[in-house]
Amino acid sequence: MSQLRRTMLYVPGNNAGMIRDAGIYSADCIMFDLEDSVAPSEKDGARFLVYEALTCLEYPGKELLVRVNALESEYGPEDLEAIVRTGKAVIRLPKTESAQDVLDCEREIARIEKSAGLAPGSTKMMAAVETAAGVLSAREIAAASKRLVGIAIGAEDYVTDLKTSRSPEGIELYFGRSMVLLAARAAGIDALDTVFSDINDEEGFRREVAYIKQLGFDGKSVINPRQIQPVHDIFTPTQEEIQRSIAVIEALEDAKSKGMGVASLNGKMVDKPIEDRARRVLSFARAVGALGREE
Amino acid sequence: MITAGELQNIPFMEELSFSDGTFRPETVQKDYRTCLQREQSNNKIIGSLEEVIHLSGLKDGMTVSFHHHFRGGDYIVNMVMDKLADMGFRDLVLAASSLTDCHAPLIRHIQNGVIRRIETSGLRGALAEAISRGLMEVPVVFRSHGGRAQAIETGVLPIDVAFLGAPSCDPFGNSNGYSRDRDNGIMCGSMGYAKCDAAYAKKTVILTNNIVPYPNAPFAIPETDVDYVVVVEKIGDPAGIMAGATRFTTNPKELLIAETACDVIEASGRFQDGFSIQMGSGGASLAVARFLREKMLAENIKASFALGGITGSIVDLHEEGLVKRILDVQSFDLRAAQSLRDNRFHQQISASYYARPGQGTAVNQLDVVVLSALEVDCDFNVNVLTGSDGVIRGAVGGHPDTAFGASVSIVVVPLVRGRIPCVVKQVSTLVTPGKTVDVIVTDRGIAVNPLRKNLIARLKEAGIHLFTIQELQAKAEDLVGIPDPIPYTDRVVGVVSYRDGSIIDVIRQIQEPRS
Repeated sequence: MSQLRRTMLYVPGNNAGMIRDAGIYSADCIMFDLEDSVAPSEKDGARFLVYEALTCLEYPGKELLVRVNALESEYGPEDLEAIVRTGKAVIRLPKTESAQDVLDCEREIARIEKSAGLAPGSTKMMAAVETAAGVLSAREIAAASKRLVGIAIGAEDYVTDLKTSRSPEGIELYFGRSMVLLAARAAGIDALDTVFSDINDEEGFRREVAYIKQLGFDGKSVINPRQIQPVHDIFTPTQEEIQRSIAVIEALEDAKSKGMGVASLNGKMVDKPIEDRARRVLSFARAVGALGREE
Repeated sequence: MITAGELQNIPFMEELSFSDGTFRPETVQKDYRTCLQREQSNNKIIGSLEEVIHLSGLKDGMTVSFHHHFRGGDYIVNMVMDKLADMGFRDLVLAASSLTDCHAPLIRHIQNGVIRRIETSGLRGALAEAISRGLMEVPVVFRSHGGRAQAIETGVLPIDVAFLGAPSCDPFGNSNGYSRDRDNGIMCGSMGYAKCDAAYAKKTVILTNNIVPYPNAPFAIPETDVDYVVVVEKIGDPAGIMAGATRFTTNPKELLIAETACDVIEASGRFQDGFSIQMGSGGASLAVARFLREKMLAENIKASFALGGITGSIVDLHEEGLVKRILDVQSFDLRAAQSLRDNRFHQQISASYYARPGQGTAVNQLDVVVLSALEVDCDFNVNVLTGSDGVIRGAVGGHPDTAFGASVSIVVVPLVRGRIPCVVKQVSTLVTPGKTVDVIVTDRGIAVNPLRKNLIARLKEAGIHLFTIQELQAKAEDLVGIPDPIPYTDRVVGVVSYRDGSIIDVIRQIQEPRS
């Protein structure tokens, strides 16, 4: 199983206490933000703080990301310069509108990698689409660079761009989410869903997480540690799913040992998609420790 | 009727004890008035505070006592001390069950020589700050709730006059922290700490703003322990006495610590039907109740009793049938106070019943206690009294009592607060000895006292990762470094007494920074 990305905990880059404590929670990924949550007057302080955190603190088992400011802004180049040099974080692009945005950033990253003596291509990237143009270009964006590990959708700007607002059912996001998901799958990278801002509405949050999991997303951005466990609960395969998947694999192995070309389980043929799904469930269950002791 | 002469002839009469002489009918004067008439004239109500002070026989140098059930809303201590100052008293010993922010006006009485020394469980705010900076000549004595009860009962801390505020009282002194008759908006729930004072003080004065009809049953303090009753306009500020229902924390770090503590309880071997527990009022300890509830429901486990300072979260568990009995020495919030009034199996207990050293006290029947701390050290010693700047800002409370009594004592504490490490090499003030502290739960790991080998084995078996306390201390140091030592002078401003009455540590005056 590659890197789990069920939860990406969003941490403002200017909050020293939250940066220090981010690692004590069970989020799979931590995203330090230098962009929207940091006021212009604090941009340099936040950059320094996140740089120090990446180089001095330990976040065992976590994937670390830093959302940098746009390359064309006055802060973006320095953000990249500082963060890439740590060699510790995935560069999370701010608003991505086109494949060119990814390529521009990649060029800068490659240059910094070289000057810092880092292995070329070692710095990974994650894109985020937040506009109508971005969503329509999602396919090209997701395929623009080998460095990309995932693509996320940012809902607030996107729905504003659509001239609507967010609803509990999320009907306005249906196309955008689907587009980002398809782009991610076509490119073989992860798809990450947007934040859910009302941290006190646990029920609504759980509903949304179940919904985006059903759509096919790999995970969700979370803005408070309290949102982590519900996501993990929902993303963890149930014992029933695990048992069913084990039965599928056993049926396949049984058929193979008997030299039969086709396996069947409970009178139904086990075809390739069923096998793939079962293997994915088990590999995921193993990664999240839901499989118990392995025999 | 028998005559004195006849009595002399009865064998062995000299071995039996009676008061002098034989019965004389003329000495009996029966009162034929109605109960209501008598209540109005023949009662313990005294016209004014000043008058009652005269009647009490209080003299310079004597000891006056107070309870802290009104917490930050208390008017009694300041009101009585102001009056004593007006009346010219000097060199008094103020023995309160605890003192807090609202008692800053005492500073003036200390400066003017009205108060010579203080006995308390805790100090906070401006008074604590001033004392830490050398306000008093005689060091303050800090005692645990159980230690104080024992000191009062054994005469180590004799009380001359107890001035006890009560939200309800009848004309003969039966008083309580609530009233089932005439609730006038002020209640404090249990009056557990006041019960010892009332029982052992030479004179007990109840101050109330709410005279209710006789008999004020149920009562915390019986009329047999009361000498005088004074009616005052206000006894306290309801907002400060009951700062509303204790809110469930939303702080993710406290929740993380609480959940971890709950896992420890579950794995400790004490989590079984009929277990007993005490949880504090801090954010993390309160949250333990919620996580524990889920486990109790899932595993169909009920607690036999919950003890201590009682909060609304304990009441919720009780009303849900998960906690069978509540033993309440202090009601932390309005919900707890209302439950004491309304729930039959919510029992008020005295500080002595709660925590006095010895066999039969409630703390000794505890399976688990969850406690908070300011600092913990590598010997598992705990400080709950002085802050990182050396200033007194806490209370001993029942910490050493419950840590000693409980089968498993769990201290929940963040590894660091801001830039201050909370797991340190040596605590600045020793309050609860490490020998009685079993588990430290922080947001960055758990350590179990090496003395508890079985407990270590149980937790490991449950898959709980353990660190040594030294490893936790090193983690804290890695994060925030080593703070400069607190600059103290040689002068002692406080003496901390362990529950058995011995001296466990002293608190020194802090050194003023050179300007």
